[in-house]
Amino acid sequence: MTRIKSLPELTRLRDDLRVKRSAKSDKSSPESIIQVKVAMATCGIASGARPVMEYMTEELEKRNIPALVTQTGCMCYCYAEPTVEVTVPGKKPVVFGFVTMKKADEIIERYIRKGELVEGIIPADYDTIDSK
Amino acid sequence: MAKKQLRIALRNCGVIDPERIEEYIERDGYQALGKVLTELSPEATIEIIKKSGLRGRGGGGFSTGLKWEITRKVQADQKYVVCNADEGDPGAFMDRSVLEGDPHSVLEAMAINGYCTGASKGLVYIRAEYPLAIERLKIAMKQAREWGFLGEDILGTGFSFDVEIRYGAGAFVCGEETALIHSMEGLRGEPTVKPPFPSESGYLGKPTNVNNVETYANIPVIINKGWEWFAGIGTEKSKGTKVFALAGKINNVGLIEVPMGTTLREVIYDIGGGLQDGAAFKAVQTGGPSGGCLMEKHLDVPIDYDNLIAAGSMMGSGGMIVMDDSNCMVSIAKFYLDFTVEESCGKCSPCRIGNKRLNELLDKITKGNGTMEDLDKLRNLSTVIKETSLCGLGQSSPNPVLSTLENFYDEYYEHVTAKKCRSNVCKSLMMYIIDAEKCIGCTLCARNCPVNAITGERKQAHYIDPEKCIKCGACMEKCKFSAIFIN
Repeated sequence: MTRIKSLPELTRLRDDLRVKRSAKSDKSSPESIIQVKVAMATCGIASGARPVMEYMTEELEKRNIPALVTQTGCMCYCYAEPTVEVTVPGKKPVVFGFVTMKKADEIIERYIRKGELVEGIIPADYDTIDSK
Repeated sequence: MAKKQLRIALRNCGVIDPERIEEYIERDGYQALGKVLTELSPEATIEIIKKSGLRGRGGGGFSTGLKWEITRKVQADQKYVVCNADEGDPGAFMDRSVLEGDPHSVLEAMAINGYCTGASKGLVYIRAEYPLAIERLKIAMKQAREWGFLGEDILGTGFSFDVEIRYGAGAFVCGEETALIHSMEGLRGEPTVKPPFPSESGYLGKPTNVNNVETYANIPVIINKGWEWFAGIGTEKSKGTKVFALAGKINNVGLIEVPMGTTLREVIYDIGGGLQDGAAFKAVQTGGPSGGCLMEKHLDVPIDYDNLIAAGSMMGSGGMIVMDDSNCMVSIAKFYLDFTVEESCGKCSPCRIGNKRLNELLDKITKGNGTMEDLDKLRNLSTVIKETSLCGLGQSSPNPVLSTLENFYDEYYEHVTAKKCRSNVCKSLMMYIIDAEKCIGCTLCARNCPVNAITGERKQAHYIDPEKCIKCGACMEKCKFSAIFIN
């Protein structure tokens, strides 16, 4: 990676990254892809997030569902770990709590593939710096 | 509808991959640093932080902008900025979450701090028990150097700044800034009298600005969104939001971030989902070992630095432990004193000896040997420790005792006069008794008693020998006829 040498260069890079991100979430874009985030802070890992993340990565690939599985820090729902956020292009991100392998399978088959609602959704109960 | 929570310090936690700098950049990462270095003078930046009203999130609540200004004004050939990541309150983990979920925001803020105070070196003091936070911080530091946000000539502005990590061994007192600095210097982690303040003479005798992780996490947002935006959130004297680690007998255990001025009731019932099993609220402990226990009447107090102090507790780093009727308040005070006695560095006598004596008095009371005189002693000794201890640890360590004495005096009184613990926590005050009417003599309790304290013939009422009974409760758990009760 080359160094960023000025603020305008940094801003251009940020804007490029944002364009790429919106393409991922845009249903009509050829770049669109399912995005899965697994909360992998110490708390999540201790509750079993690592095998869930591995399972989701492998199973989505096996089942031929193009998806991007990434890790994040703590999603702050300690009582419901492991937590997983799924963004289906064209839809708002949804956070699932208490995700076991069995639950992960259900999320893939029912929510991701068929768009059905699955139990265990944690409603987003906070404002962000962009919404406020 | 307006939500109760607002995530500023936690804005990227659970959103970005902390190990990919691109995801941070995508969400305005390093924009604030770029803006400050290209468009603002250090003085103008400090002015923004001052006007935002940001106060230290580590506990004390000192104005962050003012702290930066004092460090800036001291002349020296070398200055340091330090990130205090020595999170030590039992049950608090917000700093760990920020470092594990958004390490770049802390690095960015430290660089801004370096620019403002005139420091070219930053140090993160982090406890070695946080291996994942350390790993992610190291990855972030490596990336920031490769991309040109740390090191020489940052963003082509000629400003140079770099960060190193210093490990703490997990001593609570090292969260106190002078003790922290001594620990970083390789000396014993003991505090020294202020003044001189670290901003005048800190690490290696040089001016040093120490801020907490959460304080730093707020900085880039204040720069990007303006001080007016930040100062528009919160109460008159406490601006912005505060992260709390919500724990104890509450349904939604977790990290929450609420605007200052939110009430305890909103936090516990609306966000926390109320108490487990619908139990009745008894108390909430805020501020860790330095804070106190608040009661029902405080539920509608808007949370901010000054209101919590007025109510006899403090903000501290943001631990919030909810309690119900099964928690004995004398035992809770003792729990915190046990912690303080363990963690006192031993340098000054009020803290070293005073807290030990406090703990002994509490032990005496929970064992049923307390007198009314002991309650006076508790109060007097607490006041002396508060007034004469050298550092913040000792000055605040009697708070759990004083606040429970104030708010739950009835319970102390019962322990002393009636030798009764209404929550059935103090074992010495409990007696397991078999109700002869209900007991059918099945012998199940006697067979499960680990110390053979239960005697009785088959099909006849049994008896527990109070001398032998260790109050483990195994008999009560096993009895199918609810014939065993606690007196």
